[in-house]
Amino acid sequence: MERYFNPEIECADPSVLKEIQNERLVKTVKRVYENVPYYRAKMEASGITPEDIKSVDDLHKLPFVTKDDLREAYPYGLLAAPLSDCVRIQSTSGTTGKRVIAFYTQNDIDMWDTCCARAIVAAGGTKDDVVQVSYGYGLFTGGPGLNGGSHKLGSLTVPTSSGNTDRQIQLMCDLGSTILCCTPSYAEYLAESINEHGRRDDIKLKAGIFGAEAWSEEMRHDIEQKLGIKAYDIYGLTEICGPGVSFECSAQTGMHINEDNFIAEIINPNTGEVLPEGEKGELVFTCISKEAFPLIRYRTRDICVLKREKCSCGRTLIKMAKPMGRSDDMLIIRGVNVFPSQIETVLLNNGYEANYQIIVDRVNFSDTLEVVVEMTPEIFSDTVKHISAKEKELVAALKNMLGLSAKVTLVAPKTIARSEGKAVRIIDKRKI
Amino acid sequence: MTIKQVSVFVENRVGTLQEIMSLLASNNINLRAMSIADTADFGVLRLICDDPFRAQKLLEAEKCIVTINEVLGVALPDRPGTLENVLKILADNGYGLEYVYAFITHNQENAYIILRIEEVEENEKAEELLKANGIIVLNTCDVCQYSAE
Repeated sequence: MERYFNPEIECADPSVLKEIQNERLVKTVKRVYENVPYYRAKMEASGITPEDIKSVDDLHKLPFVTKDDLREAYPYGLLAAPLSDCVRIQSTSGTTGKRVIAFYTQNDIDMWDTCCARAIVAAGGTKDDVVQVSYGYGLFTGGPGLNGGSHKLGSLTVPTSSGNTDRQIQLMCDLGSTILCCTPSYAEYLAESINEHGRRDDIKLKAGIFGAEAWSEEMRHDIEQKLGIKAYDIYGLTEICGPGVSFECSAQTGMHINEDNFIAEIINPNTGEVLPEGEKGELVFTCISKEAFPLIRYRTRDICVLKREKCSCGRTLIKMAKPMGRSDDMLIIRGVNVFPSQIETVLLNNGYEANYQIIVDRVNFSDTLEVVVEMTPEIFSDTVKHISAKEKELVAALKNMLGLSAKVTLVAPKTIARSEGKAVRIIDKRKI
Repeated sequence: MTIKQVSVFVENRVGTLQEIMSLLASNNINLRAMSIADTADFGVLRLICDDPFRAQKLLEAEKCIVTINEVLGVALPDRPGTLENVLKILADNGYGLEYVYAFITHNQENAYIILRIEEVEENEKAEELLKANGIIVLNTCDVCQYSAE
């Protein structure tokens, strides 16, 4: 039998949901116009006042918010609540310019926890479950999000965070964890390790909630088979709140968006025009219940499709497909957002040319990043020691910028194709 | 007085060394000695040849990364213990080594050794030290002549 955390919302008549959205959108727009000079200036530049926004039907009149806006307003420029009302930040990785800092009031945290609790219930969770959260804790939203959801639901939460696989398995067996939350690649890795240790019969897992990176149906079946569980997808981004923006149900055919908190649109990434339901385009979110950091028409750069249909689970919330790609060049490597321009900056700062290739692969269920760069006369020397030292400096600088370990490969000059318009800098070999 | 060594960045790809050799051969550059330091991803080819600057130009024209640096060369009587003697003199005086390689020529009596000390700026001092200890120190011209005999 299907269970819901908030049936009155999750299974609400679409007209009821729309009423909630209308009311919350109008309020949010008014609030950011009055409290956030950055938003006011943007709206004034578009000739829009809060009075022009009477319902969700007027949403398209509002200007988009992009990552450039976040950069420009960093860190406090988009804050819509007094800092004294904020209780937490979460952040994406990456240094200056690319890092996103999202602020939360206690109400925002409660809303986020509720979203994640809905996801856990949709995966079959109840307060009697033992939820092992093996997402990273800290600035990353994965751990804190599912942790909060599990608390909200009243499940026993096992905050193992990521890594230390032997301990993960030990606790999973000792405590009888029933629901696992982590990245799909870590789930694969855990599944392999559990089988290798011959502990498949000692685990009591029934479901997994896996997100923060792209994964395929094949990977889903593989994990389900290896662990004997049902694997559910979850979607989110720090800018909007973190995991729980949308979540999968028993139908496993797309993720229900928590529409009482987020309005989703699909736009043509080139023109910004709103596309009709069912068409593929860039996903845009508007936060309508957040206090501290309510982004309005935020362009996620995820390419996606929305579908409102009667779901076999009984939920009426609109469903989004798994993102099918990006409308920018951002890569997600081991759950970390990486922009090629960050790598370029590091190379130029370290005396290399801006000719490089980024090779991403997945080895033993974990993403690998290789940066192929041309040797220069300044770096070359007759001793390997000297060259290795330079190489290590570059690896350290990349780690510092990206928060990720990269392998550096030096190749002969002029062997990497020169940029002609758009160079083929990224080779993504991951089969997702 | 030191010897000019040509170092070339060699990408780890089938045929790269052959391509370099083909270029040098077709331009009539004769090699006296060589060594390759290999890492997982690339190699450093070190050459002693009869015309280091022309070799550099030719290689650079083919987009190779090339550097010329000074190394010490010594001629040692071809019998046990002579190399050890040189190494002891250097070690006793605090000179560390980056790498060493040997080569042979038509001259039957002496063996030739290339030494790269850690601090290139100390090359001349090291050379004087070796000379003071009765060691034959070579320069680029010596190497060319010895080999051409």
